[in-house]
Amino acid sequence: MKLEEVKEILNAQVIVAPEDMQMEIKMACGCDLMSDVLAFTKEESLLLTGLTNLQVVRTAEIANIKALVFVRGKEPDRETIALAMEKKIPILLTDLPMYEACGRLYRRGLPGCSEAEEGSGAAGGR
Amino acid sequence: MLLVGDKPCFEQSFEITGGDFINAGEVSSKIKKILQEMGVANRIIRRAAIVTYEAEMNVVWYARKGVLTLCVTPELLHIKVKDEGEGIADIELALQEGYSTAPPEIRELGFGAGMGLPNIKKNADEFKISSVVGQGTELDIIIRR
Repeated sequence: MKLEEVKEILNAQVIVAPEDMQMEIKMACGCDLMSDVLAFTKEESLLLTGLTNLQVVRTAEIANIKALVFVRGKEPDRETIALAMEKKIPILLTDLPMYEACGRLYRRGLPGCSEAEEGSGAAGGR
Repeated sequence: MLLVGDKPCFEQSFEITGGDFINAGEVSSKIKKILQEMGVANRIIRRAAIVTYEAEMNVVWYARKGVLTLCVTPELLHIKVKDEGEGIADIELALQEGYSTAPPEIRELGFGAGMGLPNIKKNADEFKISSVVGQGTELDIIIRR
């Protein structure tokens, strides 16, 4: 699924734009516990979360999360946006609550982290 | 650093300041970049970054200060984290998934769910921990490349 489709399905607004809205999203997870994100997500996942602080962006950077979706319309503060821009981590914002946002993407065929294959695994990356 | 039969080709230490929530994670970010520049495989970088990030967060929350030392050889990554802080009273308990002494402000940031040390252990090939209550904690981690 393209990030552009994620945006449409979730009626999301782009807070931090990616280089390319056509970037491929292979899998997603919905989580508010950052340690669980570190423990259970695979590389290049989309992360849907209700947390909007600096640590979410840091966690995304560390875990090679491809893009973030902030659910239930919770807007990040300026510091979080600035850090995401610096780390080149796209952020979308949707008014949908967590369950519905995840459900809509899942219904349209975006698998969860335990179902999808790991990302490239090659040297380099973000 | 003690490395049997394996000469270090890169070694750098990073200071971590306790209580600095704004920059918490910046050391791990630097380490990730260094490993990328060295051409270390992505899956190894990810494991190392998760280890250093969880360890860094622990120092920020529970210690006054700490030093993280990264040593890279052609065969492995050696990560050592030594802090001056409150220490851990029961290490066995702290290593159990879900056990946490974290106050609400840490939980509000999305951490403190008792997954930090288990996450570090899970991503390490060798893991050693020692701690003295009231003095500090020392982690010794090896990740094979």
